[in-house]
Amino acid sequence: MSYRSLAFELFPFLPPLFVSEEQRLLHVRYERYTSTMAEERRPKQCTVVLPTESMKAMAESIGVGQLQEESCAALSEEVSYRIKEIAQDALKFMHHGKRCKLTTSDIDHALKLKNVEPLYGFQSQEFIPFRFASGGGRELHFYEEKEVDLSDIINTPLPRVPLDVSLKAHWLSIEGVQPAIPENPPPAPKEQQKTESTEPLKAVKPGQEEEGSIQKGQGATSAEAKGKKDGLMRMKPRSTHELSVEQQLYYKEITEACVGSCEAKRAEALQSIATDPGLYQMLPRFSTFISEGVRVNVVQNNLALLIYLMRMVKALMDNPTLYLEKYLHELIPAVVTCIVSKQLCLRPDVDNHWALRDFAARLMAQSCKTFSTTTNNIQSRITKTFTKVYNKCWLDDKTQWTTRYGCIAGLSELGPDVIKTLILPRLTVEGARIKAVSDGPVVSNIDKIGADHVQSLLLKHCASVIAKARPLPDNVEQYRADYGYLGPMLCSHVVKARAQAALQAQQVNRTTLTITQPRPTLTVSQSGIGGSGGSRTASIIKVPSSLTLMSTRPGTPTQLSPPATKYIVMATSSGSSSTQQVLWMASICKISRTLKLSSSAVANSAVDMMKLALMRTATGKGDPELPLLQRISSLELPASEIAAQINA
Amino acid sequence: MAAVQDGQLNLEVEKDIKTEITNDGSGNINANSSSPGSTSSGGKSKSPAGSGEDQQTLLAVLQFLKRNKLTESVDILRREAGLSADADDSPVSESAGAGSGGVPSVGADGGDANSLLSRVSIATPVAPPDCGLDSHGGLATPIYFHSSNNCACTVVAASGGEDQPDVNVVLSAYSQQGDPVLYPLYYNGLKKFIESVLDCHRAELSQVFYPLFVHMYLELVYNNHENEAKQFFEKFSGDQECYYEEDLRILSSMSKKEHMKGNETMLDFRTSKFVLRISRDSYQLLKRHLQERQNNQIWNIIQEHLYIDIFDGMPRSKSQIDAMSGSLAGEGKRDANKAKVFYGLLKEPEIEVPLDDEDEEAENEEGKPKKKKPKKDSMGSKSKKQDPNAPQQTRIPLPELKDSDKLDKIMNMKEATKKIRLGPDNLPSICFYSFLNAYQGLTAVDFTDDSSLIAGGFADSTVRVWSVTPKKLRRVKSAADLSNIDKESDDVLERIMDEKTASESKILYGHSGPVYGISFSPDRNYLLSSSEDGTVRLWSLQTFTCLVGYKGHNYPVWDTQFSPYGYYFISGGHDRVARLWATDHYQPLRMFAGHLADITCTLFHPNSNYVATGSADRTIRLWDVLTGNCVRILTGHKGPIHSLAFSPNGKFMASGATDGRVLLWDAFDDVELDDFTAATGHIHLPENSQELLLGTYMTKSTPVIHLHFTRRNLLLAAGAYNP
Repeated sequence: MSYRSLAFELFPFLPPLFVSEEQRLLHVRYERYTSTMAEERRPKQCTVVLPTESMKAMAESIGVGQLQEESCAALSEEVSYRIKEIAQDALKFMHHGKRCKLTTSDIDHALKLKNVEPLYGFQSQEFIPFRFASGGGRELHFYEEKEVDLSDIINTPLPRVPLDVSLKAHWLSIEGVQPAIPENPPPAPKEQQKTESTEPLKAVKPGQEEEGSIQKGQGATSAEAKGKKDGLMRMKPRSTHELSVEQQLYYKEITEACVGSCEAKRAEALQSIATDPGLYQMLPRFSTFISEGVRVNVVQNNLALLIYLMRMVKALMDNPTLYLEKYLHELIPAVVTCIVSKQLCLRPDVDNHWALRDFAARLMAQSCKTFSTTTNNIQSRITKTFTKVYNKCWLDDKTQWTTRYGCIAGLSELGPDVIKTLILPRLTVEGARIKAVSDGPVVSNIDKIGADHVQSLLLKHCASVIAKARPLPDNVEQYRADYGYLGPMLCSHVVKARAQAALQAQQVNRTTLTITQPRPTLTVSQSGIGGSGGSRTASIIKVPSSLTLMSTRPGTPTQLSPPATKYIVMATSSGSSSTQQVLWMASICKISRTLKLSSSAVANSAVDMMKLALMRTATGKGDPELPLLQRISSLELPASEIAAQINA
Repeated sequence: MAAVQDGQLNLEVEKDIKTEITNDGSGNINANSSSPGSTSSGGKSKSPAGSGEDQQTLLAVLQFLKRNKLTESVDILRREAGLSADADDSPVSESAGAGSGGVPSVGADGGDANSLLSRVSIATPVAPPDCGLDSHGGLATPIYFHSSNNCACTVVAASGGEDQPDVNVVLSAYSQQGDPVLYPLYYNGLKKFIESVLDCHRAELSQVFYPLFVHMYLELVYNNHENEAKQFFEKFSGDQECYYEEDLRILSSMSKKEHMKGNETMLDFRTSKFVLRISRDSYQLLKRHLQERQNNQIWNIIQEHLYIDIFDGMPRSKSQIDAMSGSLAGEGKRDANKAKVFYGLLKEPEIEVPLDDEDEEAENEEGKPKKKKPKKDSMGSKSKKQDPNAPQQTRIPLPELKDSDKLDKIMNMKEATKKIRLGPDNLPSICFYSFLNAYQGLTAVDFTDDSSLIAGGFADSTVRVWSVTPKKLRRVKSAADLSNIDKESDDVLERIMDEKTASESKILYGHSGPVYGISFSPDRNYLLSSSEDGTVRLWSLQTFTCLVGYKGHNYPVWDTQFSPYGYYFISGGHDRVARLWATDHYQPLRMFAGHLADITCTLFHPNSNYVATGSADRTIRLWDVLTGNCVRILTGHKGPIHSLAFSPNGKFMASGATDGRVLLWDAFDDVELDDFTAATGHIHLPENSQELLLGTYMTKSTPVIHLHFTRRNLLLAAGAYNP
């Protein structure tokens, strides 16, 4: 509740309440009133009154020139009291209106109670901002009312008609269990997931015993004992290692869609991963799926699959209800692999694996930003990893350009500071190496391409940093001296960057936001502020799922879907099963090679395979048959194209 | 008529209270008479402060003594005072002396008597009007009250709030005062004393702090000692119980005499005595202390503004006191809660349930046809037996059952057999109805008993009705069309409905302010809505038009509810008066006055003989529909009460307030035992009431406005989605 706006609201009718010493009854038209409102900020100190300057200013605004100090004091006390009184009444209306926010209509109603004519013209505005101005030696708050051009209002298209009130029914709880449907909040909020993972002793779940830690085991036994002692104690739902049948189906569908051939389905699946609130139970499986998938596909050099998996990682990171910290140990290696691996595709000269490296590097940077804490130190550890490789490749000329590219990309996404301290000093060495490749004897085409990419990457990232750090002027020779072979090119880039910065500086009012990662945010734009009453546009409900809620038929939900009672305990994906999968993978690859299938198809089948294996182990049905070869769907999209898509 | 009654009543009660005061004063008599010197020394110490004030104090003391026929001490005092202000005092004392001769006359002191009068007129309902005339009228009227309009309005008291008789008169009681500088000293002295007494008495005596503080502050303000008042407030406001914070805030904003006029909270304090329950031992302690210290200022306040309900027995503990305190005017008086309450249910009319139907049902539902029959029998036998706690069937006239009602009852009983037994192991399913796009603000929701209709009241003053069954809402055809219908045909009830207008929801326009209360009639033919515009409207759900606008509340009506038997309804609002209406009368049948702040929620007892009202003064009152008396005052909440519910058997009541607590009341039996130290009226939940919490179900972003159990024990909830 904004007391400021409230108090502001009150001003126009305050004058009639004034009983000044001059016995003047002041009647005023609404104009601009000024006041500094520090009132009722602290609930305890209710003796706060308006400053007398406000009274003076108000009096001036209605043409009363010389108001004596005592009159001002008396007035301000009276006015403060009346304001408080009306505010108290208005609160009643707020409470009965079942709101937590005081609105202007509440004040109108409170005025009505006091037989004061309500204030007209403030109905629509949600928030009335106070502007701050100074002039004439004192600071003034005033309400900014812009002049409205009628023709503008007439010419603008009418806003959409607000949707009518409708009724929608859903099950909040079925026999005491809250179903995980979009209408309900996520079953385990992020906070809870966090406490569960960080303080295992407090909320020990029987499923955690399998992890074998002594501490946890003890905790579990004590909890069990407690449970026995108190029969009524409600056990926390087992969340880690069991999936209901529906969840298993969902998992299967989602993973298949994510790595399948249909792009539309994939988009849908990723959207679901990024928004669905009830995924936390499946999170361990997703993370295993991704890490295993990367492990296999790096070996298979299946670029497309790697891209899909990275997109899954991104979707998981975008989901606000998931507590990913617990699974970073699986996800980060997978992502780093996609950044620095020597080879990510079968034809490094043709396929755009660079895009994947860039994408993964951005993912890495994002996760560093979100998850790095003083205890896990992700950022510094990641930086160290990159520099280690980088150092090595600096020493060792045999290091692949691809890896070098990955390291540089990974580092440079971490921010200008990292670039400054870790990359800029190496520019000379890198320049020399690039020069050696481009000017030297004809080596393989792949090296040449790699060197080109590294060069453009370095230029791209370093130029902006240098532009900020390095003082003018930009002298080519100086640059050459400082940065070696790359110097002249850097110089031109820096000049360009500077020009661009200057251009941006000219557009003063626009704040430019550089978003490295376009997030799938849904923005609701509202038009028509100004005099026309801004809130007339129907603001669309922001939750996408609720757009489907608009069925006009209220009705009771017709059937009670039975609560998921059937649980199947899944074996943990311990070492044995994963090696098994890898074995299957290998066998599949062998088969596919003999069949001369395209690489992507192989990868597809491999992943399918793995999924199936996971499912099998999940459902406890042993011996995996291999009917997959029939199901191998041909993957038409070449990997480069998909990479381009990601880039776009 | 009402006015005349009112007048008589006031006189009657005024006398009552006068005598009451005389009795009350017995302690004081001792105090003053045994140490006359103390009074005079007090007077002396005050004398430098100013003769005007001094004189007033003296006057007050003299009057008081005279009223109690203590001529001896009067004489002593007058002699003492004569030393300082002889000339000024004598005429006053003479006139007072004349008064003192006989029975304490009304005209003894104009101002004082008036103030007393005005106070009484407000405080009447607190002391139930036991005058024969009134209760006789109350007895006679209800039997006929659908026919006789004039007697119907048994106004129990003048309304509170705005139309106070004369504010100045009310306030003038504060004119007697002492030296403002001494106030903190007095208060501090008492504080020190109470801190030093035995633990068992401390909690009880600490109750005195808050009302004393308030009245001392108000006295200071009234006498224009603004700075002293501020200092006093700052010094001692921190000591008060945290649940009084809201009131303290209001008080603190009041720093000038002019502010006191028209301030409702102030008037509440002034016009109603703050009721404290203190054990005799503790009271003696307090009295002795004040007596020793000659602390007349405090003693006067206690005499004037506090009602101390003394009981014999163990002093209460802190937790016992906390369970009961918190209301604006202290606890309910002992005798206020003595009346017998018939909380049992009325006997259900015997309806022959068509048996073949039942059998069909039984066949349809295979598996438990055997179980069902004994159950049904037991239900039948239960309803046949007369509940000893139930009121007489004809205690208040109830509308006769129509055929449709009987059908409905049969349906109800059938459904009841399918009721799911709920328990900790068998939690109900909850179906949530979200109002989407309710940007204008959903303020009230109600479900019909059979859960077929939902009505919502909105801040944009519309009322909307939805059908949640496939049966659409149809309106009756227009008169012209109706005349064309063959009235002899069997399906005439179908034919009168206009199929063209069938829709899932209908909007009812008519109010001119936010709709705060809404209630379906039990037969689903009518809908009530109450609004900020001060009216209660009755809507027909056949024609979807407004039938009546009940005007009476001049201020926002916060809540309204139909009687479980229909016909009657109750409404309550900002004017602090709850009104009982019958649908076919445009004037209220009863007015229940007594609450000190807005009535925020109203509820009928399941047997329709009683009405419960919850208020912002943090009390719940139970009113007898027959007599109009207040039969229970339930205190214990620390914030405005916002919802009430009776248990289906009528024995318990639950209430929810903004203090975040739900209290369960078992207060309708004869709570008033002699040893009422143990009986707090509401059931004490075990320390860890978390164990009683069976489940918490979060909504995404929807405040829950209404809850309703269906006949089969499915829980329905409703609220507006608030993205």
